[in-house]
Amino acid sequence: MKAYQKILMIVASLSLGLLFVFPMWKIYLKAPQYPEGLELHIWVNKLGGSSEGVLQNFNILNHYIGMKPIHAESFAELQFMPYIVIAFMVTGVLVGLLGKRKLVLGWTGLLMTAGAAGILDFYLWLVNFGTNLDPMAAIKVPGMTYIPPLLGNKQLLNFEALSLPALGSLVIFMAITIAGLSYFFSLRNQTIDAVHKNRKVVA
Amino acid sequence: MAVAAGTMLQGCSKTEGGASGSSEAVSSDAAQAVYVAPGKHDELYSFLSGGFNGQVSVYGLPSGRLLKIIPVFSQFPENGYGYSEESKAMLMTSHGFVPWDDLHHPKLSRTDGQTDGRWLFVNGNNTPRVARIDLKTFETVEVMELPNSAGNHCSPYPTNNNEYVIAGTRFSVPLDMKGGTGDVSLDKYEEEFRGSISFIKVDPEKGDMDLDFQILVPGFDYDLANGGKGPSEDWVFFTTYNSEKAGTLKEVGASQNDRDYLAAVNWKLAAKYAKEGKAREMPANYYHNKMDENSHVAKSTVKKKVRYLLPEECPGMMYLLPAPKSPHGIDVDPSGEYMVVSGKLASAIPVFSFAKMQDAIKNKQFDGEKNGIPVLKYESVLKGEVKEPGLGPLHTEFDGKGNAYTSMFVSSEIVKWKLNDLQVVDRMPVYYSVGHLMIPGGDTKEPHGKYLVAMNKITKDRYLPTGPELAHSAQLIDISGEKMKMLLDFPTVAEPHYAQAIVASKVAPNSTKFYKLDENKHPHAVKKEAEVSVTRESKNRVRVKMTAIRSHMTPDNIEGIQVGDTVYFHVTNLEQDWDVPHGFAVMGANNAETLIMPGATQTLKWVAKKAGVFPFYCTDFCSALHQEMQGYIRVSPKGSNVPIKFSTGKKKQNIPGVASTK
Ligand SMILES: [Cu+2]
Repeated sequence: MKAYQKILMIVASLSLGLLFVFPMWKIYLKAPQYPEGLELHIWVNKLGGSSEGVLQNFNILNHYIGMKPIHAESFAELQFMPYIVIAFMVTGVLVGLLGKRKLVLGWTGLLMTAGAAGILDFYLWLVNFGTNLDPMAAIKVPGMTYIPPLLGNKQLLNFEALSLPALGSLVIFMAITIAGLSYFFSLRNQTIDAVHKNRKVVA
Repeated sequence: MAVAAGTMLQGCSKTEGGASGSSEAVSSDAAQAVYVAPGKHDELYSFLSGGFNGQVSVYGLPSGRLLKIIPVFSQFPENGYGYSEESKAMLMTSHGFVPWDDLHHPKLSRTDGQTDGRWLFVNGNNTPRVARIDLKTFETVEVMELPNSAGNHCSPYPTNNNEYVIAGTRFSVPLDMKGGTGDVSLDKYEEEFRGSISFIKVDPEKGDMDLDFQILVPGFDYDLANGGKGPSEDWVFFTTYNSEKAGTLKEVGASQNDRDYLAAVNWKLAAKYAKEGKAREMPANYYHNKMDENSHVAKSTVKKKVRYLLPEECPGMMYLLPAPKSPHGIDVDPSGEYMVVSGKLASAIPVFSFAKMQDAIKNKQFDGEKNGIPVLKYESVLKGEVKEPGLGPLHTEFDGKGNAYTSMFVSSEIVKWKLNDLQVVDRMPVYYSVGHLMIPGGDTKEPHGKYLVAMNKITKDRYLPTGPELAHSAQLIDISGEKMKMLLDFPTVAEPHYAQAIVASKVAPNSTKFYKLDENKHPHAVKKEAEVSVTRESKNRVRVKMTAIRSHMTPDNIEGIQVGDTVYFHVTNLEQDWDVPHGFAVMGANNAETLIMPGATQTLKWVAKKAGVFPFYCTDFCSALHQEMQGYIRVSPKGSNVPIKFSTGKKKQNIPGVASTK
């Protein structure tokens, strides 16, 4: 692989570090009595919100329908996901240094799989929280479940819930794209090399 | 009809043919001018003193919507101020617990002679006190008693950068030189009685007050005060009456001299004298009460000393300017050049010139002296007089465009006149008997100049009758054009004396939405439900540390209390959300409820007087299950063997919705 392609690969892997700077997903809740809205931010290593106290306010509202309180501690994923990200970063840099085309492809494929697994895991959590309700809950609406949308918006009682990928997701998408480009460009190297070889033969 | 009748009455008392006819009483576009659509905010906050209710009421302008009542010198059952264990200390004085005062003058803190939206200072007239309200929280955070003062009326006046808040005494008293008054025969008024002017230093960052020194002044009655600006910014002016020093039937006794005085004090020079050791020290005894920002617990400190200056020992610090009979308001125009003195019994309004006053001092144009204080010659300081302004001029404010507006108590009108030629240019009847008037920023370097609020003492036929006692009224007048236009009447809480107003953008963005639970330093705060406790601390005292969150209290079942126990309920509101206070009330409590702001802790003291089960509950509708936010306390006979026990829910813990508040 050429130097710039190696650099692309290294950039791709290092860019994953931005996951510690931006949240991956955001869930917005809006209701008449919350004109300023409530924003839950899901990070690779923590849960947060647009302001302090958001998580607590989510939980206070959710407790009426018997939803389990959301705590960062209840998600094992938040404990080990940072290590996965770091592992991707370290292996990605190594792959870049080695400059082996196949490895680049493998790394990119793995990252895509991990991303997809992450979204699936997230969806399962939403289902778990939204359906696994306390039978003693104060508010029970027959047939109602409270699975927030994975993507897009949905009316949940008086709340309009909107769920959207945030900058962190874009970072993963970007890493996949850059690594993919690195691989794609290195493919062209090969054809060019082949052309050179043929030329030699002809000559 | 009411308007017509009012105007008729008005017509009778006019001193000259009213420039404004009765048809102009209400502007035709008045409704539109004051309409603030639902969901929209007012342009200005106004702070009206409550007078005899000891509170400040906050109204939005131009709508006249009542936004909040801030208790300052009075107990307030609505939120437990003065009843809760945390706030009781705010009302402590050297006379003991004084849960009331007569609050006359709100004054906004200033930066460079303009309102800065940080604090509001107010006076307690009856038991002399000055308080500070924090405009981040709209709560009273400091109350300081003033020694050697009686009737703290010409108070509180902040200098242009809040260097000092200045407070003068209305009633002179025989000082015992220990901070109180002596046991002196009342015939001895003339020899023994003195007034005082207090100089309260204000911390530029935090706003905390500190009584730096006082000036002991001749035994007149000091009525109102106002500070200079620009060229006169080192000066503060006080109107005085009773230069006759009458001690009885002042109505007559204090109305003999044709001229009383305007006292001019160079506060910067006074501060310098005090700093340079001219000040003497005397014993004192006064309370200084402060609310701690993080624990929300008020603490009293008793101060035992006060420094004082005597004007006769401090040359150049104080002068007297003769002013027509029993002057009331003193108002300095935005340029700082003109001092307008309203003689409530005078037929003209004298306007003094600061530049002339400086010349008169330089050229020693004195007319004798009083108690060692030089008296300046009236003609030497006078710019001119506003002739036939109306009957009973009281107060003047300015629009920043060269116009002055004076309230006329007797003829019930606002009179507009020009500062340059002192000619009356417009009149507007008000209903009725106006006291103070206020233009937002009208006492600062840069008035807002769009509105004027008249504060009227009597409303008679203005509103639906409510028995013998009627609401007082504020009237909003448009002063943006040549002619004044009446826009709105709105009833006020108790009797507003003076008011201040400020553009909302200087205050609203800084408003606190909730207190951070992490920063709650209350000694009995519990920050999560797992930490609540009920402890018998001594034979007759039980401490309950509990939490409140939508929609339950923890614990909500308490047993083991005995007749005769004093129970302290320390309730921490775990919410971290705007506008979600919880209330706490117990059956049979002899105080009030307490309203606990999100993130704060408040304490209600309750004495178990008989055996039984007593409910407690949240009083502020907080959520869909607010009605369910309740609990019970069981009281057993004295000496019973019921152990202390407390719980919430059957399963000891893990109540759904218990937020992570670690
Ligand atoms: Cu409540």
